[in-house]
Amino acid sequence: MVLTGAEILIRCLQEEKVEYVFGYPGGAVLYLYDALFQQDDIRHILVRHEQAAIHAADGYARSTQKVGVALVTSGPGATNAVTGIATAYCDSIPLVVISGQTPTPTIGQDAFQEVDTVGITRPCTKHNFLVRDVKDLAITLKKAFYLAASGRPGPVLVDIPKDVSIARCEFNYPREIAMRSYNPVIQGNVGQIKKAMQVLRAAHRPLIYFGGGVILSNAANELTHLARLLGVPVINTLMGLGGYPASDRQYLGMPGMHGTYEANMAMHYSDVLLAVGARFDDRVIGNVDHFASATRKIIHIDIDPASISKRVKVDLPIVGNVRDVLIEMIHRFESRPSSGGESIAEWWTQIESWRARKCLDYKLSPELIKPQFVIQKLWEVTQGEAIVASDVGQHQMWAAQYYRFERPRRWLNSGGLGTMGVGLPYAMGAQLAHPEAQVACVTGEGSIQMNIQELSTCSQYRLPIKICLLNNRYLGMVRQWQQMFHGQRYSGSYMDSLPDFVKLAESYGHVGIRVDKPADVESALREAFTQHRNELVFLDFQIDRSENVYPMIQGGKGLTEMILSSEDL
Amino acid sequence: MRHVISLLIENESGALSRVSGLFSARGYNIESLTAAPTEDASLSRITIVTAGSDDIIEQITKQLNKLVDVVKVLDLSETAHIERELLLAKVCATGPAREEMKRLGDIFRARIIDVTEATYVIELTGNQAKLDAFIGAIDPALILETVRSGICGIARGDRVLKV
Repeated sequence: MVLTGAEILIRCLQEEKVEYVFGYPGGAVLYLYDALFQQDDIRHILVRHEQAAIHAADGYARSTQKVGVALVTSGPGATNAVTGIATAYCDSIPLVVISGQTPTPTIGQDAFQEVDTVGITRPCTKHNFLVRDVKDLAITLKKAFYLAASGRPGPVLVDIPKDVSIARCEFNYPREIAMRSYNPVIQGNVGQIKKAMQVLRAAHRPLIYFGGGVILSNAANELTHLARLLGVPVINTLMGLGGYPASDRQYLGMPGMHGTYEANMAMHYSDVLLAVGARFDDRVIGNVDHFASATRKIIHIDIDPASISKRVKVDLPIVGNVRDVLIEMIHRFESRPSSGGESIAEWWTQIESWRARKCLDYKLSPELIKPQFVIQKLWEVTQGEAIVASDVGQHQMWAAQYYRFERPRRWLNSGGLGTMGVGLPYAMGAQLAHPEAQVACVTGEGSIQMNIQELSTCSQYRLPIKICLLNNRYLGMVRQWQQMFHGQRYSGSYMDSLPDFVKLAESYGHVGIRVDKPADVESALREAFTQHRNELVFLDFQIDRSENVYPMIQGGKGLTEMILSSEDL
Repeated sequence: MRHVISLLIENESGALSRVSGLFSARGYNIESLTAAPTEDASLSRITIVTAGSDDIIEQITKQLNKLVDVVKVLDLSETAHIERELLLAKVCATGPAREEMKRLGDIFRARIIDVTEATYVIELTGNQAKLDAFIGAIDPALILETVRSGICGIARGDRVLKV
């Protein structure tokens, strides 16, 4: 069948079972939008800024494991998308981003709305393509979806010049794709896995440390199963939250800059560290030399060989898909179980003494709303079942610390790039993917204003998101660092001239509730999640302005050098 | 440590910038880089001379392998190999220098490939050290212009870099 490039794009998206395309039209994509208009399988979600289109597709992907799809026009459409693409790249989220381009004869001539999109996005995509011939379009899209979702996932951009979108050719969508240059390793090396099991069985102070790779490869069940078989303590990174049930006794929380005391101490003093789909990020291990000052054997499972021995030398690398490797490990353990329990009893005693410090305790106040309290109440009211989309800053850390995630794909945040403004569009993508789910956006007054225009998108598509704004009228995380390390000179971190968020929400047709007193927190949340179940509710919590995130490891310090409260300052 | 890394990459537009962009983005050193299509026109071969500790070289080869268009990577420095570079030098060839340049070229087994009344263009191949020695042997005042190709490398014996 002979089709236009625009029709071919739509057919390819249909073949890939795409439900939603998040996008914003413009000159270079008019034919693509025309083809989108003339079909009913794929729903287009019109955002208010291209950055939000990518974030929404990203939130959709994070909450479903499917590939998120976004469509933007050339020039400013593409450059607005870059922050979103880089955010997804840093967290290995599978996206296919379609960008329009000026017609091929004009490329390189500084045409209207022309930028070198492929050049600009090259370092922040897993791969990208410029399609110069309509005959290459279908195979390129097939490759794009394959690359985005396989191996270590990531965003792939396909740049389509306007003349290609109107040119015609025979349409054939390839069923399979093979690329000689791209063959991710899936099964781990059996010899390495055997050695890893021996090392784990012989350990006295073993610890499982896992990250986003467990979520991305859908290995939460396998990881939990293996951890319980081994009876060892478990910690996870910000990206791994929900990969292991937070209520479980073996769970010690998150390590790193704002990790728990017990997680950081266990990470430092373990003798065998099983790292699973995590990458020893600077926010996790702190100072590399300090980390290396304690000796431990490190086993590292990761699908990306380049993530192994990048920051920390690994003793036993296992390259492979996390889930496949864990299944093999479970199989090997179950065929030859070992008691192991007694040899690590002492380790557990030590861990319990660290846990007894209750590092996440905080003092409630009768007058001031504590942000931690808001998150705990949010957890209670949603019974721990909400999808929580967070922005970036203090509120993000409080949400990570106090919302106890039991299951994967409930926690959506920008871990790697730390992009303020992701929260609301992430919540949009998640709510569209899960219309019945409770979706909360935990945000700050700085972050929410970075994509606040999306309140309009939320009214257009009636997305009943519950926005929990922890409003301290400061760029809190910046303020916290300035207080601690910059002589309390609050340079640029004060948020003046804030809008009345209640009225702002109402002007978009939503419900706005301002909460000033701790006693009203729970009732406001209940009202939002019950009475206004089907509406977007913007909850403006006026929180204690001076509250900081603890524990904290200062930049450049080691895991054992934590500041546990303001008394340690 | 200096390393010579050879790789085969899909011969697509932008392929070279993926490789060079990787080096600049991650702060890796490039001493020289050469690229040209192979006998299979769908592939290009790139030879990069770089330097770094073992850890950095390990990361470089891993990161290169991670590029979707890269088909194969070989660190030639890990194996017995041959390196060659081409030098073209335009030199003054007047008066006593005319005979002197000819003699020097013979000593280095170079060839004169262009002659005017006042200049020679000298072609010389060899490893980097030989080219450096040749340039070092010429009176700098006589050098009008030089151009070097950067290193090409190939493994000795049976070892081949091929799809």
